[in-house]
Amino acid sequence: MRIELVKRKNSSTTMAVLSPVIAVILTLISGAILFAIAGKDPIHGLYLFFIQPLTDSWSIQELIVKATPLVLIACGLAVCYLSNNWNIGAEGQFIFGALCGSFLPILFPDFDNWLTLPLMLVFGTLGGALWGLIPGVLKTRFNTNEILTSLMLVYVASLLLDYLVRGPWRDPDGYNFPESRIFSDSATMPLIDGRLSVSCLVAVAVVIVLALMLSKSLKGFEIRVMGESPRAGGFSGFSQKGLTLFSFAIAGGLAGLAGTMEVSSSLNQLLPSISPGYGFTAIIVAFLGRLNPIGILIAGLVLSLSYIGGESVQASMGISSKIASVIQGLLLCYVLVCDTFVLYQIRIVSTLRSGAQKEASDV
Amino acid sequence: MNKFLKAAVAATALLASSAVASAADLKACFVYIGPVGDFGWTYQHDQGRKDVEAHFGDRVETAFLENIPEGPDSERAIERFAREGCGIIFTTSFGYMNPTLKVAKKYPDVKFEHATGYKTADNVATYNSRFHEGRYIIGQIAAKMSKTGTAGYIASFPIPEVVAGINAFLYGAQSINPDFKVKVVWVNTWFDPGKEADAAKALIDQGADIITQHTDSTAPLQVAQERGVHGFGQASDMVKFAPDAQYTAIIDNWGPYYIHRIQEVLDGNWESAQTWEGLATGHVVMAPYTNLPDDVVEMAKETEAKIAGGWEPFTGPLMKQDGTEVVGEGDALDPGAILGMNWYIKGVDDKLPE
Repeated sequence: MRIELVKRKNSSTTMAVLSPVIAVILTLISGAILFAIAGKDPIHGLYLFFIQPLTDSWSIQELIVKATPLVLIACGLAVCYLSNNWNIGAEGQFIFGALCGSFLPILFPDFDNWLTLPLMLVFGTLGGALWGLIPGVLKTRFNTNEILTSLMLVYVASLLLDYLVRGPWRDPDGYNFPESRIFSDSATMPLIDGRLSVSCLVAVAVVIVLALMLSKSLKGFEIRVMGESPRAGGFSGFSQKGLTLFSFAIAGGLAGLAGTMEVSSSLNQLLPSISPGYGFTAIIVAFLGRLNPIGILIAGLVLSLSYIGGESVQASMGISSKIASVIQGLLLCYVLVCDTFVLYQIRIVSTLRSGAQKEASDV
Repeated sequence: MNKFLKAAVAATALLASSAVASAADLKACFVYIGPVGDFGWTYQHDQGRKDVEAHFGDRVETAFLENIPEGPDSERAIERFAREGCGIIFTTSFGYMNPTLKVAKKYPDVKFEHATGYKTADNVATYNSRFHEGRYIIGQIAAKMSKTGTAGYIASFPIPEVVAGINAFLYGAQSINPDFKVKVVWVNTWFDPGKEADAAKALIDQGADIITQHTDSTAPLQVAQERGVHGFGQASDMVKFAPDAQYTAIIDNWGPYYIHRIQEVLDGNWESAQTWEGLATGHVVMAPYTNLPDDVVEMAKETEAKIAGGWEPFTGPLMKQDGTEVVGEGDALDPGAILGMNWYIKGVDDKLPE
C-alpha cells in the first residue's frame, strides 16, 4: 500500500481563502493543549500570545519595528524565488549592507551633516546588492549552485562583521569591548514615535512599488515567465542571465537597505551580532506571503506577532521560551499543510492495483 | 471609532496594570542571553533569581525572559519589563549594555542592573565578579596535577574578561611550574556544546591532560570524563556531569548580590554603583575539591583564603608576552588594567585575535 498526493483537478477557491483561517484555528487548539500540559490556563495563554500584543500601542509599534526588516528582505527574496533563483543568503546581504552603510559614521565621525543618512542608505543598498551579485555572477558565469554560494557567503559576511567590530572598527573609548562607536544623531533614522522609525514607511513604499512592478509591468511579466518556463521566455527575447543578476541585485539591495536601517534606527552602532536571523526568517515570510508583496506584508506582521506574543507569554506566565517557538513552528506547519490539502488530495494506492508498470513510470 | 478604540485600549491597559500591581511590593525581572537550562552562565543567574524568591517570599515577585539575543530584540525585551511594572531589572549579558541605557533613560523610576558592562547612569548600575581569582586557583591545581605540563583552554571571545581569565590561569600555573604551557582554542561562542566538545577533543589530542573553559556548556567536561583527563566546571558546579573528571568549579554566585540590591530597592536606598567582588564576599565560590590528593586540596584552600583576605592574584613581577614589565615585584595590578586587559602575559602560547 502506498499513499500518494494527487493534484486536485479544480481546487476550491473558498477553501483557498479559508485555509489560513483553518491553520490559525488548528494552531489555537494545539497551543491550548500545550499550555494545558505546561500547567497554565490555556485561554489566558492564548490571549497573551495572540490578542494582548494587539491591544496596546507600544506592542503594536514593536510589532511593526520587528516586521520591517522581515518584509523588506522577503520582498526582495520573492523576486528571486519567482524567477527561479534560490537566494538563501539574505542574512549575509543584510549584514554586508549594514557594514557598507555604517563605515561612514564609524570611520568618518566628523562627516556629520544632513547628507550622512542618505549616503549611508545608498551605500548600504549598493553593498547588499554587491554581496547578492556574487552568487548571481557565479551562477551566470560558472553555473555554480546559487543555494550553496549564497548560503556560504552568509558566514563570510558575519565573520567579517565580527572581525571588524573586534578589531579595526572597535570603539576607541570602549575598553576593548567588541562594539563600534555610537552613531551621531545625523546618522540615525528619524523616529516617528518610541522606537518606530521612518524605516517602516520605506518598507510599505517598497511593498507597493514591487506589487505594481510584479503585476503591471513588463519586468514583472518577464520574472514570472522566466520562473515558470525559461524556454518560453527565451523565445520572447528575455535574457535568463540578465534576470538572474537583476533579481539577486534587487534581493541583495533590499536586504542591505534593511540592514542599514536596522543598524541606524534600533542599534545605533555595530555589534558582533546585528541580526537575530532576519535573513532566514524572511525566507519563511516570503513563502507564507505566497511570494506576493501584499501577502508578505501580512505574513511579516503575523510572524512578528508570534515573536512578540511569545515573549509576552514568557514574561507573564513564566513558561519556557521553547513553548513559544513550538507554537510558532506549529503555525507555519499548519499553514503549509492546509495549503497542500487545498491543492492536493490524498489517494491510497493499493499495491495490487499499481503493480510494476506504475513503479517503472515513477522512476 | 477612534475614540472607541482609545477607550478600549485604555481599559485593557488598566486591567493589565491592576493585575500586576496587586501582587507584591516589588517585581524583579531578569533578561537572560541563554536558556535557563544551560547549566552555566544563565543557569546561575536563574539560581540567583530563585534565591531571591526564597528569601523574600511573597514580598518580591520575579519574572524572566530567556534566550534573548543581543541586538535589536534585547531593547524590546528590557522595555517590556519596564512597562510591565518591574521595579528593578537585571540584564545579564554584555551586549545588553546600550539597550539597557536607552530603556533606562525612558523609565527613570525603574532601577537597572547590567552585568559585565562599564556604562552607568543614575538608574543604571553595573555588576560583575572577580572570576580571575578562581582562575588563578585552578591554574595552580592544573600545574600540580598535569603530567604533560600542558592545559587546554577553550575560550569564547577575546574580550578583556576572557583574556584576564587565561592570564590568571597561566599565572597561577606558573607559580607552581614556571614552564607550564596553555593551549588556547577560540570557539567564538558562549554556548555551543558541539563546538566546545570538538575543541576539547582537539586539545586533548594535542597533549593537554587538563581542560578548562570559558564557555557555558558542560560538553568539555563530559569529553574530559570520556577521555580520562580532568577539568574544571565553569559558572556552576558541573560535578554530576563529570564525576571523575572535575577537580573543582568556579561558581558564579549571584544570589547574595541580587538579594542585597533588591533589599536596597525595598528600603529606598538603592544607588547606582559598579560592583566587582570575588571570593571575599562570596560572589565567586569554589565548588568542593574532588578527585585531588590532600596536599593539592590544602594548597588550593590556602590560596583561596589568601585571595579572600585581599591578596590580588595579578601581583608582580608580571610581564607581557613580549617581555615588557607591567608591574614590579610585590605590586598589584590595578583593577582598571584587569577590567580592560587586552594583552597576554609572558608564556601564553597564542596570539591574541585582533
